Amino acid sequence: MLTLDRVSKVYRVGTFGTQPLNAVRDVSLTVPPGVVVSLIGESGSGKSTIGRMVLRLTPVTSGAIAFDGRDVAGLSGHRARKGYYRHVQGVFQDPFSSFNPIFPVDRVFDMLRGAYFPGLSDTEWRASVRRGTERVGLDPGQVLGRYPHQLSGGQLQRLLIARALTLDIRLLVADEIISMLDASTRIDVLNLLGDLRAEGLGILFVTHDLALGTYVSDTTVILRRGAVAEMGPTRQVYASPRHPYTRGLLASVPRMHRTWADADAELDSAAGPCPVHSGPGTAGPVEVGPDHFVGCFSDDACPE
Amino acid sequence: MTVEVSELRVHYRTLRGSVQALDGASLEVGDGEVMGVVGESGCGKSTLGKSLIRMDGRMRHVGGSVRLGGEELPIADDRAMQRFRYHEVSLIPQYAMSAMNPTRRIGRMIRELLESRGVRYAEVRRELERRLELVGLGADVLKRFPIELSGGMKQRVVLVLSTLRDPSLLIADEATSALDVANQRAVAEALVQFRDRGFIGSMLFITHDLALVAQLADTVTVMYAGRSAESAPTSELLRRPRHPYTRMLLSAVPEVGTTIDESRQEGIPGSPPALLDPPSGCRFKDRCPLAFEQCATRPPFIEVASGHRVACWKAE
Repeated sequence: MLTLDRVSKVYRVGTFGTQPLNAVRDVSLTVPPGVVVSLIGESGSGKSTIGRMVLRLTPVTSGAIAFDGRDVAGLSGHRARKGYYRHVQGVFQDPFSSFNPIFPVDRVFDMLRGAYFPGLSDTEWRASVRRGTERVGLDPGQVLGRYPHQLSGGQLQRLLIARALTLDIRLLVADEIISMLDASTRIDVLNLLGDLRAEGLGILFVTHDLALGTYVSDTTVILRRGAVAEMGPTRQVYASPRHPYTRGLLASVPRMHRTWADADAELDSAAGPCPVHSGPGTAGPVEVGPDHFVGCFSDDACPE
Repeated sequence: MTVEVSELRVHYRTLRGSVQALDGASLEVGDGEVMGVVGESGCGKSTLGKSLIRMDGRMRHVGGSVRLGGEELPIADDRAMQRFRYHEVSLIPQYAMSAMNPTRRIGRMIRELLESRGVRYAEVRRELERRLELVGLGADVLKRFPIELSGGMKQRVVLVLSTLRDPSLLIADEATSALDVANQRAVAEALVQFRDRGFIGSMLFITHDLALVAQLADTVTVMYAGRSAESAPTSELLRRPRHPYTRMLLSAVPEVGTTIDESRQEGIPGSPPALLDPPSGCRFKDRCPLAFEQCATRPPFIEVASGHRVACWKAE
């Protein structure tokens, strides 16, 4: 469904944009329908930039993003872009900044109506909003007509997902959508994503939290400095990480029933040689197992 | 030194009335002990941290007491607290960046700070450099501007600076929450190391991250709606939680590697009560699956096992 082929992004920073900043380097991945792909990385790893490029909020420097085989960057004209957003929507970190505090929350739905559903009658429209709200596990009577400050972060975040569901979406870009929520409500939003996945929605789940990333995802992509360090089926990346960076990350994540010292002990076995440099000499991630890819171990980008 | 907080009540003044952010919080931290304070947002954990060092203008001390090594802390008296601040009670804020002066080199900033506290920079210079080295920073950071350091480095500079006078109590309020996992671990381990070396007496580690508390705290206090819900040694609390809120909180946090397909976890239904007009009795009763008639009166925060205190009628 969604395919990224060697996508790179260079930002220009510094005085008059003289310094290039390689935010994303040669990232290739796919998000099929009904699959959650989590992009995991620290701050500055380029994970949000990838989400923004998929949503066309930032242009791609090189490489191609295709949705159903059609190049996303090349969508020209209002209609083509609108058609794209009918299928692809994003939800972001801070729910409070996505809502206008002086209007009731229903406004995020009403803004869709003018653009996408001009033909619907009031009754039909209200029914569809209620259906969307119920689908994300909220009681429409409790949330509709309220103001953003009257609802919790988890409720607002679910309303934004409901808004996306009102359209005929097939891909959801979820950029750190649970980072600002409490532990007690995070899991509800994650479970909702799991349910939507079962209904066939593809999700690009951007997070810095390894535990939450592995909980919902089918495929895990670990990013480091804009490049893919490791990518593969979540279970495999988690159980047998190959890249030293992934291993370090897994050892540093605080866990409830394992101390950091124990995690280091588990890591004792060496990671082995860099598969990129000891392999056939190709740049970019190398396949080390079924669908399991590992990028170059060195701190710098692979030599071109 | 030991810290005893008993029935502390601190309210915020607002136009609509007073918000009972802390309304009967109790905890005891032993000498040299790291206590994790956890809870959802709005449970009063940050208010607790602030009350112990400096109350802002909106906060009002309504009742309860704080004792540090047997001596009562005059938390309501801003001026009298001045004697304790930094020397006895110190703080590491969440955002090191906003704790530093961006226009000063770090060495100069530290000098100004120390002198404002009546400490001569030359006297502590060697100790400062020694401690910077302990956290993996060279003395050359003193010549740099804050903007030249990474988030983790800044947080470590603040850690060294906050603890330079060997405070009896250190309050770390979400001190590692803005850092990525590798830096989070480095800072957390530095905190424990400083405690082991005796640079820090006791520590209150305030966080929303239970897994992080499991790594470094000796004891944990779980707060709910401005009150202590449960307090116990860390391993005891993780293995045998007694308060229904603690149980639900623990089961709402996925461990690394568990997936939704293998074990689906559930959140806690409902949301914490508004503290402008909190419900009477147990404040968790509206979300609690075990609630019964007796919950209409407030359960006492009592010891059910050695060092394990719970505020719940159903905890045995």
